[in-house]
Amino acid sequence: MLRGFVAILRRDLLLAFRHRSELVNPMMFFVIVLTLFPLALGPDASTLRGIAAGVLWVAALLAALLSLEGMFRSDFEDGALEQMALSSQPLALLVVAKVLAHWLVTGVPLIVLAPVLAVLLDLPAAALPVLMLTLLLGTPVLSLVGAIGMALTVGLRRGGLLLSLLVLPLYVPILIFAASAVADAALGLQVGAQLNMMGALLALALSLGPIATAAALRISLGA
Amino acid sequence: MSMWAWFHRLASPKHFYRIAGRWIPWLTAVCVVLFVVGLYTGLYASPPDYQQGDTIRIMYVHVPAAWLSLFVYVVMAGASAVYLIWRIKLADLVALSSAPIGASFTFLALATGSLWGKPIWFTWWVWDGRLTSELILLFLYLGYMGLRAAIDDRRSAARAGAVLALVGVVNVPIIHYSVEWWATLHQGSTVFRAEGPAIHPSQLLPLLVMGLAFTVFYLTIVLIRARAELLLQERRSAWVREVIDSP
Repeated sequence: MLRGFVAILRRDLLLAFRHRSELVNPMMFFVIVLTLFPLALGPDASTLRGIAAGVLWVAALLAALLSLEGMFRSDFEDGALEQMALSSQPLALLVVAKVLAHWLVTGVPLIVLAPVLAVLLDLPAAALPVLMLTLLLGTPVLSLVGAIGMALTVGLRRGGLLLSLLVLPLYVPILIFAASAVADAALGLQVGAQLNMMGALLALALSLGPIATAAALRISLGA
Repeated sequence: MSMWAWFHRLASPKHFYRIAGRWIPWLTAVCVVLFVVGLYTGLYASPPDYQQGDTIRIMYVHVPAAWLSLFVYVVMAGASAVYLIWRIKLADLVALSSAPIGASFTFLALATGSLWGKPIWFTWWVWDGRLTSELILLFLYLGYMGLRAAIDDRRSAARAGAVLALVGVVNVPIIHYSVEWWATLHQGSTVFRAEGPAIHPSQLLPLLVMGLAFTVFYLTIVLIRARAELLLQERRSAWVREVIDSP
């Protein structure tokens, strides 16, 4: 069982590194969206500091949303997904491998990039570890929940807009807890409660999400 | 006839069509009576609130609409589970027919809440926890309807919708509490409380009657919609021809 998991993980990572531009795109998107806010709201540091936590998280969320397309689309089109569904391996486990690979190539770069961008928005240094921690707990949830939406819409020709309608409402709790944790940390407050809630959401998404994704994939494959 | 056999017969499209057709006039009558009683006591016979004046009367529409908006989603998810597990087509019809009704209730709750908010909170909209979670519920309904509309194959659409409704129903309480915890201005629950309702009987009675009226209204409309949808889906079967040809 583990071998199938590792094989899918390795394959997806290899595919990602062979397409470097796709690897960089979510990061570029993250940076560009963040650049827009000071341009639109003015360069005043105190304004930017006030909105930094929320803006960083909204940008991360949109970057995650846009990168979902790559999770199942090409495998659906070339039939690889069908083979996975037919294999003796549990599809939910293979889904976890695919989501993990997706998170490693799209989520982790955002975590690495976030402190640099936080400095641009004048987020207090004290909030940086919390920002990275919320991204570490939150971006896997975005990938896991997004996988459900992507699996439901992968068979549709113009599924992109529908995907955001399906997925964004489900991202609301994670956005609330993460942005509030970062904002509270910037004020020097305790953030244990928010981080605990995010951990709980991660546990829930990790345990139930892949099952729903696998069921949705089977529907999209017409199995 | 045993209960199970009765249930099985009900689940067959033809019998459902017949039985629902028989129920609809009765449900309509009950619904009209409840609405007349509820609206009369609520809008006319009950006293105005000592703080809110006559504005309180918006509550008799607003609160039942908000109750039903959540109730319908839960019904939808329950029906979706039944459909996924037992492949009872009728359950999918209920889920499919419920979605636009639930979305309408959600919209009604938002609209009436906004009308009430203007004189009481001096604003049409605030980013309050309950308002926001109701708005997100509306998005969940629209997503469900959008997904079903986007998939051409009827069976795939039904199954994909069912999965989405179940994912949604797991998330509804999470979204609700996270948003409520985020910011709240809305008053807490005054009817469902451990200490008993914190609302005067003269206002509670019309509210409950209206709640019942809305529920019966939902049942009536869902049966009408499900019947129409059934005719559409089974339009090639012999029994539908029979129904349509018979005067």
